[in-house]
Amino acid sequence: MSALEEVRWDAAYNFAYLDEQTKRMIRRALLKAIAVPGYQVPFGGREMPLAYGWGTGGIQVTASVIGPDDTLKVIDQGADDTTNAVSIRRFFSRVAGVDTTEATEEADIIQTRHRIPEAPLREGQVLVYQVPQPEPLRQLEPRETETRKMHGYAEYGLMHVRLYEDIARYGHIATTYSYPVMVNGRYLMSPSPIPKFDNPKMQDNPAIQLFGAGREKRIYAIPPYASVKSLDFDDHPFEVQTWDEACALCGAQNSYLDEVVLDDRGGKMFVCSDTHFCADRRAEGHRGELGGDPAALAFARTAEEEGADR
Amino acid sequence: MSAAMAMDLAGERRPLLKVDRLTKHYGEQVGCEDVSFVLYPGEVIGIVGESGSGKSTLLNVLSAQMHPTTGTVDYDLRAQGPRDIFTLSEPERRKLMRTDWGIVHQNPRDGLRMNVSAGGNVGERLMAIGARHYGELRREGLDWMTKVELDTSRIDDKPKTFSGGMQQRLQIARNLVTRPRLVFMDEPTGGLDVSVQARLLDLLRGLVRELGIAAIIVTHDLAVVRLLADRLMVMRRGRVVEAGLTDQVLDDPHHPYTQLLVSSVLQV
Repeated sequence: MSALEEVRWDAAYNFAYLDEQTKRMIRRALLKAIAVPGYQVPFGGREMPLAYGWGTGGIQVTASVIGPDDTLKVIDQGADDTTNAVSIRRFFSRVAGVDTTEATEEADIIQTRHRIPEAPLREGQVLVYQVPQPEPLRQLEPRETETRKMHGYAEYGLMHVRLYEDIARYGHIATTYSYPVMVNGRYLMSPSPIPKFDNPKMQDNPAIQLFGAGREKRIYAIPPYASVKSLDFDDHPFEVQTWDEACALCGAQNSYLDEVVLDDRGGKMFVCSDTHFCADRRAEGHRGELGGDPAALAFARTAEEEGADR
Repeated sequence: MSAAMAMDLAGERRPLLKVDRLTKHYGEQVGCEDVSFVLYPGEVIGIVGESGSGKSTLLNVLSAQMHPTTGTVDYDLRAQGPRDIFTLSEPERRKLMRTDWGIVHQNPRDGLRMNVSAGGNVGERLMAIGARHYGELRREGLDWMTKVELDTSRIDDKPKTFSGGMQQRLQIARNLVTRPRLVFMDEPTGGLDVSVQARLLDLLRGLVRELGIAAIIVTHDLAVVRLLADRLMVMRRGRVVEAGLTDQVLDDPHHPYTQLLVSSVLQV
């Protein structure tokens, strides 16, 4: 990281990869999105040096809001050390020369795919979501002209039809991710494929939440301290996932857990999906059921090594 | 509402729908020309005529799915009395279409969501106007399935597993669940076999009479209007050539075209 500070960014590229006109265009879309919470603003999405579906929307938003002094954190399914997270972090340290971190508290901008960090966010932080399908009504109404009218006139009965179908088939609302929310009491919004466990964190969050969909070329946003309500029925209220187990590594009982298969004889463990949160807790001395098991710890080794670096 | 009740007490019936010199042109082509009529609450009016006579154009304009070239359609709104439906804003018109109106399409695929269960199809309109209680939606769904003589055990099945007649009955239930005052039907029995047609007509007649719904039925099947319609309009080349009480028009046709139409029906 010290080497990067001398070079700053790769001079072959404009700062943060995108040209200044594109960044201005995206910033205008972002301002509009923040002014109308939950409304999908179309923008001229650019080709990015990675495939659609890998976070092209999120990267464009991050590139438009990042400054040379910002610190960036990138998470993919809660983890800081997966391919997508590592390569996006490396991309921005090369084209923008920014510092990167795995610590939620230290980051100014957090680009995320499929999770909101467990650690509470603070004012001044920006959370950038990568969004594959920005239109929550698309599954039920394939026509774009029609869904635009439905948003325009706030005709959202159809979304409840989907929840009705869930209860009719499974006896409860079985939608567990991309759970639709109502923003500021007006616009129906897809929270991107985060687990519904994270939905309550969007409500009254002090951070700015920006959503970018690269393939669909849409940007939307939730300003700080906005109302974000998950849809439900009076007799089937919204509930988040719960687990009987605690995290096997750090013993946390209030975090979102991933199931990890350990062997071919049915062995498994549940660990925090947020790797930074888990490593932090272990550094504080918390231990889970397998917290002393070297095989289990090998799973979290990368995160620990990075922790030692700091 | 109180104004409307006062009118009722005075014994004066206010028309539900008033159509005045309605004309729809497709460029040079005439869709329908100079159609005027009045529909009272609870009344069923039939529109018959051969293919291309402008029946469907007329129905599409009346149900606000198309704009007329000239002419007006005044509808007696529950809240504000008679208004030209084409002066309503689009959200108002869409609201009207899914609460106070029903539209039964000839092909149930146009009127149903084929990948949503029967119960969800019936409940959609209720959810659109703010119903948020699953238990009540469920009860309403079962109730309406009974009313249209569908097996209630199939409430969670998707319409694509239903027969044509069952789909048509489900479409009717889906439309009537918000207790509309006016229902538009485009060939409601088209594509069904005769015995299923007869049962559907019987059901429709019962529901329309029981709930006091006004209806506009477009069909080329004279038997359908004989059974359902109080009044009849015969269309040819976009114009209404003859109108009157159903039995009167069918038993004593005056216009040569109506005479031809009535005499073309095969007697078994």
